[in-house]
Amino acid sequence: MRNGKAVAKNGGKRTLKLMIVDDSNIMRRRIERSQRFEQLELVGTAGNGLEALELFKKTDPDVVTMDITMPQMDGIECIARLVAMKPAVRILVVSALADKATAVEAMERGANGFLNKPFTDRQLNEAIAELMR
Amino acid sequence: MLYEQELKTFVEGTTNFFEVAAQQPASIGSPYLMEGSPAVHEYTGVINISGKREGVVYFTASKAMLTVLLMKMQENDFSHETMKDLVGEVANTISGNARRDFGRDFVISVPSVLSGEKPQIPQKPGVRSFIIPINWRSHSAKLIVSLT
Repeated sequence: MRNGKAVAKNGGKRTLKLMIVDDSNIMRRRIERSQRFEQLELVGTAGNGLEALELFKKTDPDVVTMDITMPQMDGIECIARLVAMKPAVRILVVSALADKATAVEAMERGANGFLNKPFTDRQLNEAIAELMR
Repeated sequence: MLYEQELKTFVEGTTNFFEVAAQQPASIGSPYLMEGSPAVHEYTGVINISGKREGVVYFTASKAMLTVLLMKMQENDFSHETMKDLVGEVANTISGNARRDFGRDFVISVPSVLSGEKPQIPQKPGVRSFIIPINWRSHSAKLIVSLT
């Protein structure tokens, strides 16, 4: 402890909490497995926007990866709600939707980055690194 | 009705998926047109299309192919639910990528999945589909595109 605050591992860098949102279990596991940042601690995963909102309130993540096409609540709406709750949250959209208009809309709602599926591990990690800069 | 350039979009989306996600390219056979319900494999991911175009995109593959695909993706869960997840995700990825050329008014649904020994895909009478044969590591699959 230092000054009453927990000191993270990784040479004093604060650990950032990660939440993964995707309706595919395979994709959630892929992102969890592929990300290479010791600084990121996975606090939970959600299968749709509604679940993500509930999990967000409970776990207060710093970084979120967000799919768009999901049941019950899509990623675009979810992004807007998460940013309203916590403007400092950093959101990486990870989506198959490859049109520019969707990327623009996501960024306008508050996303900080956009990664198209399919992606390589390297592309994922570069996108996350960019997000955490 | 699918135009040649649009067909190319789906062919490229399919090859891109296997090259990137499966880290091994697939070979694509000559697409052909057919009327009625095409034969499908054990698992079929279904994406309904609405907006500027209407119709359905299906990705259908055998359990054997999906198992190998999961292994290539470093998965070790080969359950029925995971097979359904994967086939839906493939259909979703190829359809979503098509928006690069079709635009955002090419609205794709959340995937649904058909499975079983001889599942039937619903097909409106008189509607024709483009069948894109896929061969990957000696396994066969198909992308079926049926758009008005």
